[in-house]
Amino acid sequence: MRSLVYVLTALAVMALAFWAYRENYRTQAALDNVERLNRAIGSLREQLAMQNAEWAYLNRPERLRELAALNYDRLALGPLAPEQFGQIDQVSYPEMVLPDIVLPDELFKSILAEADQPAQSASPTVPVEEAAAASAVPEALDAGDEETAQ
Amino acid sequence: MIRTPLRPLARILEARARGENPDAIERENKRLRHETMRDQARARAEGRLLVLGVVFFAAFAVVGVRMGLLAGSDPSEPRAIASGASIVAQRADIVDRNGNILATNLATHSLYAQPPLMIDPKAVAHELAQIFPDLDEARMVKDFTGSRKFVWIKKKISPEQMQQVHDIGDPGLSFGPREMRLYPNGALAAHILGGAGFGREGVQSAEVIGVAGVEKYFDDYLRDPANGGQPLRLSLDLTVQAAVERVLAGGMKLMDAKGAAAVLMDVHTGEILSMVSLPDFDPNERPRQQVKGDPSDSPLFNRAVQGLYELGSTFKTFTLSQALDEGIVNPNTMIDTKGPLVWGRYRIRDMHNYGSSLSVTTVLVKSSNVGTARIAQRIGGVRQKEFLGKLGLLEPTPVELVEAAGAKPLYPANWSEISTMTISYGHGLSASPLHLAAGYATLANGGRRVRPTLLAGGGTLGDRVVSEETSRQIRSMLREVVVHGTATFGDVPGYRVGGKTGTADKPKPTGGYYEKKVIATFASMFPAEAPQYVLIVTLDEPQDTTGPQPRRTAGWTAVPVGAEIIRRAAPLLGLRPEIEQAQGFGVTLTAN
Repeated sequence: MRSLVYVLTALAVMALAFWAYRENYRTQAALDNVERLNRAIGSLREQLAMQNAEWAYLNRPERLRELAALNYDRLALGPLAPEQFGQIDQVSYPEMVLPDIVLPDELFKSILAEADQPAQSASPTVPVEEAAAASAVPEALDAGDEETAQ
Repeated sequence: MIRTPLRPLARILEARARGENPDAIERENKRLRHETMRDQARARAEGRLLVLGVVFFAAFAVVGVRMGLLAGSDPSEPRAIASGASIVAQRADIVDRNGNILATNLATHSLYAQPPLMIDPKAVAHELAQIFPDLDEARMVKDFTGSRKFVWIKKKISPEQMQQVHDIGDPGLSFGPREMRLYPNGALAAHILGGAGFGREGVQSAEVIGVAGVEKYFDDYLRDPANGGQPLRLSLDLTVQAAVERVLAGGMKLMDAKGAAAVLMDVHTGEILSMVSLPDFDPNERPRQQVKGDPSDSPLFNRAVQGLYELGSTFKTFTLSQALDEGIVNPNTMIDTKGPLVWGRYRIRDMHNYGSSLSVTTVLVKSSNVGTARIAQRIGGVRQKEFLGKLGLLEPTPVELVEAAGAKPLYPANWSEISTMTISYGHGLSASPLHLAAGYATLANGGRRVRPTLLAGGGTLGDRVVSEETSRQIRSMLREVVVHGTATFGDVPGYRVGGKTGTADKPKPTGGYYEKKVIATFASMFPAEAPQYVLIVTLDEPQDTTGPQPRRTAGWTAVPVGAEIIRRAAPLLGLRPEIEQAQGFGVTLTAN
């Protein structure tokens, strides 16, 4: 019994030693990773600062003015003037393109006409079902469609 | 534990039988018992002392070993600490009120030489002179071949130049990392930003310190790592500043002026939205302070803050508002303007003869020196000085620039009656355009003292200087000046500008005044009923040569420039022009 306890204790010590060894190495690896990331963050921050400086430099009023002058033909940009303030009611509504009003009987007529045409004028090689499917008619009207075709 | 009885019966009986004293047995037993107790206590105490000693030894040993380890090991940063707000740059950015960058940092390199390591000093000097045309080749040869071990060549070089130096390939040339201050907008707001230079320099780094303007004023704040790179936000508006600078530069050229200054200030907070002084400079390449000559001729001189000028008739507004506020006059009181006004050996006269009397409003509209001087006489010197002091015109402005503290207005030590009269129309007291802006802002916002500031957010209004009513009266009088007075060119449709002109002869350094050199000033506020901004425009030695005779008065020089600035800046500030009602058909109600 006692020897069993000794063996188990020895095994436990070995297991713990192995665990501690592994944890130690994992910690070191994590720290290395953190350090690498910190360096990357640092260099990215430096780049960001550089980009910000460049952005500010490219957006300096002097350069924008030059660009506006160079591209006057295309953009016609000038300094903001008091006359450019407007009232909201000076802005016209956008022109809305509305489709023509369609009455129900016209709709039916047009559908009937469309369905009639392929049946009468199409060559005999075209099956009736195919012609019906090709015309953009809603499913619900298909039944009536076939009736007239026959 | 078995206690031995003190009087064991057997021994007592025995002793009695022997005729001995049985108490002796008890005493003997007591003694033995006490001895054992003493021995036990001693052993225990000794044990405790030992444990204590071991504990102390271990503790001191740990401290000692740790100290030894710390002293013996190489210093290193703790690796496991998360970098929350690590230091990005050693100096914080400066931004305008909308967050546009005015000053930032850039990583760059410095170039130095170690002559002992050089292989071919002469060729190196030749190559360097090719890359940097401003370097003297002969001087470098001397440095490189002499006994020096270390020579700085350039403090800042561009990446291209660095590559070129790399290509020379001499081991004696090395680079050190540097941080440099960059002002991406060039000369814009140069006087406010000031500039930065290097402080203590090492091979691996160098201090960047502010040398003027806000850079120097806020040096400690900008360099404080505790701010975590938080930028310094100024009250300036980059767009407005650019527009004002451009218009003023154009105006200065048109009016043939030597210099110009403009201050645009929010009347409610004292925030300076734009402050321009021309000629200006590029803070990226800040020129050296000139040693000889007039410092005010240097582009480094900030005319808006450091330039102390007699600001002429713009001061009449202060005199009249005091007289109105103290109830000495009202806008319709008639003032004797018969000239010239003789006081001792002085004669005060007007530009034109305005007749025998004018109302107070007309005195301001026509800008009568005589009328103003008469009103000042009624106010008196003591009260006038006190009033100007309350407006902040007798002390340096509290604006956050290092240069501001030195600009203390100049006024006579003895505030005599003639000084009172001349100061009432702006002669004899020299102040900066910024002082004037703060004074006008105080009158414009309803009478509360304004302290100019360059920090976004502004300050709070100070004590009351004049009443709301006086402020309202003076605003409508200033509007009159623009509608049909000396500043008619100052009217900007839609913005209802109110303002006052001032033309002052420039004093000669030798004493007396120049005949044909003036300082023309236009002090304005807009919109006149409820002013939001105050604009001061000052031109140094302007003249308008479009007419047959050169005209130098502010109405012909500073006012048109000021009006153009308002026309350009007001829309940028988000001020919507008011559509003025056309005079035409109207219905008059009459009582029946």
